[in-house]
Amino acid sequence: MKGKSFGILVTFCMMFLFWLLLSGIFDVLHLTAGLICSAIIALISHDMIIKGDEEKILSKSFKLAIYIPWELWQIVLANLDVAYRVLHPKMPIDPLIIEFDTTLQSDLALVTLANSITLTPGTITIGITNGRFCVHAIAKEPADALTVDKTMQQKVADVYMEW
Amino acid sequence: MLEIIVVAFLAVGIFFMFVGAVGLLRFPDFYTRLHATGKCDTLGEALIIAGLLIYHLFHYPQTPLVCVKLLFLIIFIFITNPTATYALMRSAYKTGVKPWKLGDERQ
Repeated sequence: MKGKSFGILVTFCMMFLFWLLLSGIFDVLHLTAGLICSAIIALISHDMIIKGDEEKILSKSFKLAIYIPWELWQIVLANLDVAYRVLHPKMPIDPLIIEFDTTLQSDLALVTLANSITLTPGTITIGITNGRFCVHAIAKEPADALTVDKTMQQKVADVYMEW
Repeated sequence: MLEIIVVAFLAVGIFFMFVGAVGLLRFPDFYTRLHATGKCDTLGEALIIAGLLIYHLFHYPQTPLVCVKLLFLIIFIFITNPTATYALMRSAYKTGVKPWKLGDERQ
């Protein structure tokens, strides 16, 4: 029960903060409407956003905050990679489709890994079935980075604490 | 000085959008074209919005909430763009669009 009320509280605060930032009107009517709406949303859908006990969530958010800058840097590298392949006169691409398994369990971890794969150099997720990823790679090297090195899988597993 | 930073953000953003468009035209099949648009549009749009954000922050400091909204736009683009790319990829793969191999004809 403790985890549940914590989840509702955090969801409520997030929703209300979102309301305040988007509306920008701070009179009684709008604030009350915001409070009621945030409370209803928090009660109905808190388990979509926050699951589990508080300590785990806090350390997860902290690790996610470290993961995001690394991911942003990967996005910049991905764009330079695509720019190089697009603008090179000979267009050095050799597309292939690879499949590999992950040990990740939760939906959020799988979605994070899928979106990270799409945004990092040379690879796009095609599908996930029962933890098995199907990935389209634009050339051999980016595919190897995913299946041999497994840096990204380890980082995502680290964030969500699923080994 | 501020103008230089803003223009730099906009220019780099437009460069990546341009590369995405060129890739859309040059790449041989559906999947590789999505490589160009899915990645370049994400960073290109984010950089353009970041440039607008900085401009607004210093020229119209009386309405800071606009900057917050622009920041939300960047965050949501970073979440939705790879998801939409993934949805397109998956539906193409499921309906049997053949991936291009080295040496094939352009599609």
